[in-house]
Amino acid sequence: MSILVDSSTRVVVQGLTGREGSFHTQQMMDYGTKIVAGVTPGKGGTKHVGVPVFHTVAEAVLKTGANAALAFVPPPFAADAILEAVDAGLPFVVCIAEGIPVLDMVRVAAAVKQSKTRLLGPNCPGIISPGQSKLGIMPGFIHKRGHVGVVSRSGTLTYEAVGQLTRLGIGQSTCVGIGGDPIIGTSFLDVIGMFNEDPDTHAMVMIGEIGGNAEEEAAEFIKRNVKKPVIGFIAGQTAPPGRRMGHAGAIISGGQGTAKEKYAALRAAGIHTVESPADIGEIMARVLGEAKGARRKLSSPRKTSTGKQGKRSRK
Amino acid sequence: MKIHEYQAKAILAKFGVAVPRGEAVFSKEQARTAAERLGTPLVVVKAQIHAGGRGKAGGVKIARSPDEAASIAERLLGSQLVTAQTGPEGRLVKRLLIEEGLDIRQELYISFVVDRAAGAPVLMTSAAGGMEIEEVAKQRPQAILRQVIRPETGFQPFHVRKLVFGLALPIAVRNTATVFVESLYRAFLATDSSLLEINPCVITGDERLIALDAKMNFDDNALYRHPEFQDLRDLDEETPLEVEASRFKLNYIKLEGTIACMVNGAGLAMATMDIIKLNGGNPANFLDVGGDASETRVKNAFRILLSDPRVKVVFINVFGGILRCDMLASGIVNSAKELKIPVPVVVRMEGTNVEKGKEILRNSGLNFTVVDGMKDGAQKAVKLAKA
Repeated sequence: MSILVDSSTRVVVQGLTGREGSFHTQQMMDYGTKIVAGVTPGKGGTKHVGVPVFHTVAEAVLKTGANAALAFVPPPFAADAILEAVDAGLPFVVCIAEGIPVLDMVRVAAAVKQSKTRLLGPNCPGIISPGQSKLGIMPGFIHKRGHVGVVSRSGTLTYEAVGQLTRLGIGQSTCVGIGGDPIIGTSFLDVIGMFNEDPDTHAMVMIGEIGGNAEEEAAEFIKRNVKKPVIGFIAGQTAPPGRRMGHAGAIISGGQGTAKEKYAALRAAGIHTVESPADIGEIMARVLGEAKGARRKLSSPRKTSTGKQGKRSRK
Repeated sequence: MKIHEYQAKAILAKFGVAVPRGEAVFSKEQARTAAERLGTPLVVVKAQIHAGGRGKAGGVKIARSPDEAASIAERLLGSQLVTAQTGPEGRLVKRLLIEEGLDIRQELYISFVVDRAAGAPVLMTSAAGGMEIEEVAKQRPQAILRQVIRPETGFQPFHVRKLVFGLALPIAVRNTATVFVESLYRAFLATDSSLLEINPCVITGDERLIALDAKMNFDDNALYRHPEFQDLRDLDEETPLEVEASRFKLNYIKLEGTIACMVNGAGLAMATMDIIKLNGGNPANFLDVGGDASETRVKNAFRILLSDPRVKVVFINVFGGILRCDMLASGIVNSAKELKIPVPVVVRMEGTNVEKGKEILRNSGLNFTVVDGMKDGAQKAVKLAKA
């Protein structure tokens, strides 16, 4: 099943005719994503990489029934693109752009909150439900369909984790990049909540980094509500305070937002913490093995009065 | 982007915020003239550096005559000012602000910052002005009032009323406070600031509200729409290598170790620094070479990394998504040949066209160690750095 995107997702790509837009649209289509429309003002009525292009998102939605948007738009225009997608009533919008001014995002986040739209990003690689649909720039071939949900603030660090999982035969239900900016549309908390409700997701990987308190917030939720195994890695244990480490949101400020604090919060919530980025796959394998063992123990066959065995032992 | 106190005050003045009369100077004679022009019995000579704690470090001095202003200026200019925020090496003082002395009755703290949890700007105020706000936050959090300014409503008069009555400000100041704080907020928005801090904001003997100090940090993501801020940048306040890197649009932060890192993606770059440390080494830098690491960028990245004399080995850790490994490998080989790289290079590549990329590296005839996985790379890099 997965969360947020699957084979029923119909995508309109904003900025489709641009260089990035064209390249990644082709990549997504090769992966199997249903790209039904593109939007580039002034190029409506044309076709690009085989996809019909429209002047506006509203028109694209009307004519094609798109139910998700992917914005490949440069930062100065990205806030406007997101708001246009929200205005068109789309339930899901993904914004890849890195570099949107924070005060623009303040306005966008407020508008999105009052709408029916879920925004993912900005400054994120997108989202992929392996074997079903990919809305973003991640390399499809490193993913494998399965039951581990991955949520991360990073791009390539996520690929690293996914690569490790796949190599160990551990597939993913959905991989969600929430982005590296300080103000984003979807938080760890949001995604963990969705993974928790998704019957197809049996365990989760949370990849955080320094700055803010999103990981701590998610840890609180996990402690109270999540029984599925969660493993967590925090990047930036060696980051100096006060410096922006690439991502606008990756900054230790006033002594807060350190990796140490985040790891402590994760441990307090019963999350299996991973110290080295090279061990994410291995630790998930161990945790899944332990969980499997525990389930076997719980549902070990006992003769009922009719002598039948329960189905639960077959997982 | 950071700017100096005198630059922040000049900007705020344009928005109608009351600031002390003053002038930026760069020599002892200019200091004397400025003091004469101000004509007040006392002037304050303030070192201009991008760090706080100047007062305690002797960087803010009172002068009782233009001559005294000149001699204080002479002492400060060219000196290395070490404050609690500069690190032990301190900062070179090249600019001063000569300001009229004020009769200070009360010191407040007022700031605007974008709060990520709230997703909106927050107005923070306190009667504990003139102190380290982080100390106050730790010891007396109740002394700080916080007000979220929701974008739907914008700045409202009641925001100031909460401040005025919450801090029990004198009656005479109540009305001017509304204009003062609202002007600060307009400046905050118009300049795309991430932080605007007035510490202290003073109430004078004749009951005026004045921004005695001003700190403004601009959102780097918004600089494209503020070309006028280019002139405000003080390159002397930035690490030379980092200035150089920014010219090539490379995200580079210099650290203290011996293992240089070149990585695509900020999260992976931080994780690379972490795994080096975990394996007993010390990263020399953070560098995110980005998703479009063309040969030119790789070459410039190498040059920046190798300009740091402490570097004993370069660890390249790249997970190709948009980035193609064969293109990266060609870029690395060509750069290495051109720059005649004097240190060993450990390369870990993954992703699109990885086998082609590894082959290009192996066939180059250069001193590249091609590894499998981050751990292998970190371990080999640490070993080479210790050799």
